Amino acid sequence: MLTTLFGVTLLAAGLLGSVYALTKEPIRLAELKKKNEAIQVVVPGFDNEPSLEVEKIFMDGDTLYFYTARKGDEILGTAVETFTKQGFSGEFKLMVGFRQDASIIDIAVIKHAETPGLGDKMEKGKSDFSVQFMGKHPDSFNLAVKKDRGDVDAITASTITSRAYCDAVQRAYDAFIKLASEN
Amino acid sequence: MNQWKNLSKGFIKENAVFVLFLGLCPTLGVTTSAINGLGMGLATTFVLAMSNLVVSLVKNLIPDKVRIPSFIVIIATFVTVVELVMKGYVPSLFDALGLFIPLIVVNCVVLGRAEAFASKNTVWSSLVDGLGMGLGFTMALTVLGAVRELLGSGAFFGMKLISGDALLLFILPPGAFLALGYLLVLFNMIKEKNS
Repeated sequence: MLTTLFGVTLLAAGLLGSVYALTKEPIRLAELKKKNEAIQVVVPGFDNEPSLEVEKIFMDGDTLYFYTARKGDEILGTAVETFTKQGFSGEFKLMVGFRQDASIIDIAVIKHAETPGLGDKMEKGKSDFSVQFMGKHPDSFNLAVKKDRGDVDAITASTITSRAYCDAVQRAYDAFIKLASEN
Repeated sequence: MNQWKNLSKGFIKENAVFVLFLGLCPTLGVTTSAINGLGMGLATTFVLAMSNLVVSLVKNLIPDKVRIPSFIVIIATFVTVVELVMKGYVPSLFDALGLFIPLIVVNCVVLGRAEAFASKNTVWSSLVDGLGMGLGFTMALTVLGAVRELLGSGAFFGMKLISGDALLLFILPPGAFLALGYLLVLFNMIKEKNS
């Protein structure tokens, strides 16, 4: 009985180990590709590999990642991978592109679990929600929904998601300013 | 046993969702669109066929007392294989299905077939049974997903048919129960007519 169970688990472990080894590289590439696509959306036109030029900042219990996008010697902007824990279905992750003067280029959603048809309208292409952030500078554009006396038009029936989105963008901006003052 | 009958029973006569009411957690959870239903169904089909195959291969080697733990280990192994492969090659589908992929381990259809069929039948019959039940499950999930997507977001396999919002309720959790209920009515009507 003991030997049977041991045999079964041993075989299972062996099979899983080999599948893990086989899929390790594809999984890494798939994740990298997704990251690169998000960076491409929020800071278009670079010719370096931003995902290799990473800086990290630890903030509010999680890590924000900074990817510098260059074209030749000129810095086009910085893509900030940010997060919020106040989404309607918990955490979601955004990629926010900043110019050197800290104005927002564009924002893309990397990972979320918001309600389809309601909260997921924050995704680019599903509604015009993310468009209102383009080109805005968080100094003059209050990152809060209008209900909270901010400047952001919330998604209809998804105020919680909209608030969380603003929270994530604000965090990215704060971290960006912090990093800029440190360098 | 007639293998054709063995394969086709999973579609109508013993359909996991519409007749046996097994595996309802992924059925209700992931079917917000037809493509999600199809992906979930195919992943489950792979696990079902492979675990049925292996369970029937080793059924005489495993003592009765540790039967269930052994089956669970076998099933969990194949689920993890599916998870790793999906993560590497279809990351977008993996993101959409998320937590429900590891949950295939506790899908009663899989353990149910291992226990009720594969541990008593020949290797070949078990493989065919797993494939049949899996494809029947896939069909049910795809139909349910298509109905919910059509009513809820006005799209079919991601193609937008109407602009703007549709009956949002059908994409939200209550819509899963409603859509499944109406499909059951339809399914039973067709079944009754045929018999």
